[in-house]
Amino acid sequence: MSAGEIARDVRAGVRSARDVVEEHLAAIAGREDELHAFNLVLVDEARATADEVDRRVAAGEDPGPLAGVPVALKDNLCTRGVPTTCSSRMLEGWRPPYDATVVTRLSRAGAVIVGKTNMDEFAMGSSTENSAFGPTRNPHDPSRVPGGSSGGSAAAVAAGFAALALGSDTGGSIRQPAALCGVVGVKPTYGLVSRYGVVAFASSLDQIGPLAANVADAALALEVIAGHDRADSTSIPRPAPALSDVLLDGVDGLRVGVVRELVDAVDPDVGRRLAEAAGALEAAGAKVDEVHLATASLGLSAYYLLATAEASSNLARYDGVRYGLRVDGDDITAMYGATRAAGFGAEVKRRIMLGTYALSAGYYDAYYGQAQRVRTLLIRDMEAAYASYDLLLAPTTPTTAFELGAKTADPLTMYLSDVCTIPSNLAGHPAMSVPYGVGDDGLPIGVQLLAPALGEATMFRAAAALEASLA
Amino acid sequence: MTEWEMVVGLEVHCELATATKLFCACPNAFGDEPNTNVCPVCLGLPGSLPVLNRHAVELAMRVGLALHCSVEPSIFHRKNYFYPDMPKDYQISQYDEPLNVGGRLDLPDGTRVGVTRAHLEEDTGKTTHVGGGGGRIHGADHSLVDYNRAGVPLVEIVSEPDIRSAEQAKAYVNELRAILVAIGASDARMEEGSLRIDANVSMRRAGAEVYGTRAEIKNLNSVRSLGRALEYEVRRQVGRLEAGEAVVQETRHWNEDEGRTSSMRSKEEAYDYRYFPEPDLVALAPSAEWLAGVRAVLPVLPSERRVDLARVAGVAETDAAVAAVVQQGLDGLVTAAVGAGADGRLALNRAANELAHATPPDAGAFAKVLRMEADGRLTATQAKGVLAELVSAGGDPEAIAAAKGFEALEGDVVAGAVDAAIAAHPGEWERYAGGEAKLAGFFVGKVMAATAGKADGKAVTALLRERLAGR
Repeated sequence: MSAGEIARDVRAGVRSARDVVEEHLAAIAGREDELHAFNLVLVDEARATADEVDRRVAAGEDPGPLAGVPVALKDNLCTRGVPTTCSSRMLEGWRPPYDATVVTRLSRAGAVIVGKTNMDEFAMGSSTENSAFGPTRNPHDPSRVPGGSSGGSAAAVAAGFAALALGSDTGGSIRQPAALCGVVGVKPTYGLVSRYGVVAFASSLDQIGPLAANVADAALALEVIAGHDRADSTSIPRPAPALSDVLLDGVDGLRVGVVRELVDAVDPDVGRRLAEAAGALEAAGAKVDEVHLATASLGLSAYYLLATAEASSNLARYDGVRYGLRVDGDDITAMYGATRAAGFGAEVKRRIMLGTYALSAGYYDAYYGQAQRVRTLLIRDMEAAYASYDLLLAPTTPTTAFELGAKTADPLTMYLSDVCTIPSNLAGHPAMSVPYGVGDDGLPIGVQLLAPALGEATMFRAAAALEASLA
Repeated sequence: MTEWEMVVGLEVHCELATATKLFCACPNAFGDEPNTNVCPVCLGLPGSLPVLNRHAVELAMRVGLALHCSVEPSIFHRKNYFYPDMPKDYQISQYDEPLNVGGRLDLPDGTRVGVTRAHLEEDTGKTTHVGGGGGRIHGADHSLVDYNRAGVPLVEIVSEPDIRSAEQAKAYVNELRAILVAIGASDARMEEGSLRIDANVSMRRAGAEVYGTRAEIKNLNSVRSLGRALEYEVRRQVGRLEAGEAVVQETRHWNEDEGRTSSMRSKEEAYDYRYFPEPDLVALAPSAEWLAGVRAVLPVLPSERRVDLARVAGVAETDAAVAAVVQQGLDGLVTAAVGAGADGRLALNRAANELAHATPPDAGAFAKVLRMEADGRLTATQAKGVLAELVSAGGDPEAIAAAKGFEALEGDVVAGAVDAAIAAHPGEWERYAGGEAKLAGFFVGKVMAATAGKADGKAVTALLRERLAGR
C-alpha cells in the first residue's frame, strides 16, 4: 500500500494509523534481523504517534497529508531525545535536544516515525558497509549491499518496513541506494530542503530527500519537507513546489538529453535499460537525443577533494570535550587523539586526512582551489546543456548491487560508484533515480533524471512518465 | 650609532553590544551563570547551523564607517584549530574578503594610524585552568569551559604598523574605545574582556625602510598592560639586537605580575588554520540603501568633535585640553559656555581640570563663573572653589561666591597690602629687586595672608613688578 493510499484512508477514517503501523512493525519483525536496515526501531513511540493520529481523526481533525504514514529516518537526522548516531561509535548514545526541521515537518504532517536507519558512518560510503554497527543487506538479495550511504533507508522502503524514508545525498547517497534497492530516490535542488538538524558531512553538497516505493509518494514527501527555513541560511526563500498536481502532465515536447559520457561509464545491462527509458520518454512525446557533458567525468575527483575538505572541518567538533565518546588521555591533545582514534572508522579517518591535506597551507590552491575551479566549469557545462534541454537522462549507478565485501578493499573502486550522481551535487541541481527494470543478474536498475535548479516539477513529470511506461 | 625605532601594529578584538549572539538567539551577556546562555548552535551540536545576526552586521558596519573604511561585499571563512573553548573546533571569521577595509584612525596628537581591516567573527568560550601554575593550561589539574561567550559577535580591528611608541599605542586604544562607545558598537570594557588587544612589535634603526622581525604579544588586558608590555619588548628586542642576536618571529605571552613577556609558540609551531569559505553561510553584501541608513545614524566622532571644539575655543586641534574635554564628553558644555561669553581657553582648562568625572554643571552657570574669573571678580583659586560647589550642590555662582565671602577686593586694598608687605620686609625686597625672582612668591604669600586669600595672585605679581619698575 502506498503512502498516498495510507494517508488517504487514515484521513478518511477508513483505516486506523495503528493498524498501518502494526503491519509495518510486523514486516520489520519478520526481516530486520536479516537485513539490519535500522539502528533503532521506535516501536513504542510509533504506536503512540499512530494512536494520536487516530485520536485526531476521530475528533474530526485532519492530521495532515502524511497521516499515519510510517516513515524511516536516516540516522543522521536529529530527533529530539532519540539517539542519533550517524552509525558511528563517536555519537553512540548521543540524544539531540532538538528535532531537525524535516523531522518537525514530517511530524506536523501526521507521519509516524518508525525508526532510525543504518548508514555509512557519517554518510561516507556507497554500500552501508562503513557502519560501526554492521552492514545493511539488500532486500532483493541479502548477499548484496543496498548501496549507500542511505542504504538503511533504501532497504527499509524496499522491504516494506516503512512507506517512506528520508536520506541525505552528498554525492549520490540517496539515488545510488535507491537504484540498487529498486525504489525511487530524490536529491532536491540545494537549498530546497532545510539542512537544519542534519548532521553535516559536506555542507555545500548535503541535501535531504525522500526515498519511496513510487514517484507519487516521493512527490508527496518532498512537498511536506521542502520550503524555506530561517534556521538554514542556505535555504531558498520560497515555498515548497507543487509536485503531486503535475505528475500526470506528461512529457510531450520536453527536450531530454542523454548524457553520453555517463552512459559510457556503466555496465552494458545498465546501458540497455537506460536506452529503453530514453525510448519510453520518446514514445511519450519527448524529444530525446544525446548530449555531451565533457566535464562530467572530472566531477568525481573534484568531489572527493571538496567533500573531504568540508568534512575534515565539520567532523572536528567530535573531540570528546562536550558530547559523544571520550577516551581519556594525559593531556588535552592526547585525549583528542585517543577519542578520535577510537570513535571514527577507517573510511572517516581516511577522508578527514584527505580533506585536511587538501586545505593545508601550500596545498590549498592545488587541491581545494583547483577542485572549486573544476566545480565552476562543471556547473557552466551543465547550464549550457540546459539551454538546449529541459532534462538530462543518465544512469544512476554503473552496476547493479554488488556483493558485500566486493569493494571494501579498494576505496577508489568504491568511490567510482558515485560517478553518475556527483555532478548534480556539485551543481546544486535536482536529480532523482527511478527504478527501470532489472539487470542480467535480476537485480534492480535505476535511471536518473537530472534537472536545472528548481526544476523539480519537470523532473517529476518525466519520472511519472517513466514509471507509467513500465506498468 | 643611530637610535632604535619601535614599530607597532595592533589587533583589537571588540565584542559588539548586540542583544544576542552572532549566529543564534542566545543572550549576549557578561557575568551570567556559566553555560546558561547556550543552545545547539553556539554549542556546535551536530546538525546545528549558523544564522547571521543583522544587528551585529550593522554595528560592524558602524565600526567600519567610523574608521573611514570602505564597506565591501564580504564572505565568511572557517578558521580551523582545536581548542576546548571552541565548540565546533573552528571559528567562523572573515579572511581574505572582510567587511571593512582600508580605513584610518587619527590620534589626538595628530598621528594618523592606518586601519587595514575590521572584520566580523565569533568569540570563543572561556576556559579556566584549575590547579597547577598560574592559570595556564600547562600543568593545570583540569580545565572548566564556559560557553556563554561562545558565538558572541566580535569585530577584529587590525591596524597598519604605523605606531611608533608605547604612548601612541595607548592613545590609539583610548581613541578607539572612545569611538566604539560613541557609535554604540561596544561598551569597550577591557576589564570584562569586551576589548582585547594583541600587539605586533618590532624594532629597526631610525630611518630604516625595512621592518624588523616582529613578535606578537598576547594577553594584554588593560591599556596599562599594553604600555608596560611594549616598553618591556623594546628593552628585550633592543637588548638582543645590540648583542648581535636576532629577534625570533613568535607569539609571546605578557605576564602582568612578572612584568615580562615569554615565548608561547614559534613561527614553526604556528597553527595552519586551513581557512576555507564557510559553506553554511551566504555572502554578506550590504546594499547601498542599508549602508546609507547606517551612515545616517552615525553620531559625530571624537576626532570631528575635537576639530569643532578647537575651532570654537580658538586653540589647536592637538591641544591636550581639547582631547581631554572631548574624552570626558564636556565639549557641548564648553561650546555653550563660549557661546554665553566665556573665554575659550579658560573654559577648556577649567572643564578639563575641574569637571573631570563630575556631573557637568549648567552651561549658563559655568559660563558665569568663567566670566567672573576673567573680569577679576574671582581669583583662579576662588573660581575653582565656586565650580566645585556648583558641581556638588548647584546654585547661582554669584550667591555661592558671596556665601563663601569671595567678594573680590578693591584694587587699592590689594595695593595697600603689597606696600605694607614691602615695608615690613626691606631685606627681602632688596634681594628681589637685585634679581632674586623667586622671592615674588614670598611677597604674594604675605599679601595673601594679609587679605585672607582674597587677593588675586596674578594681580599681586603685577603690582610687585610695578613697584619694582617705579623704584
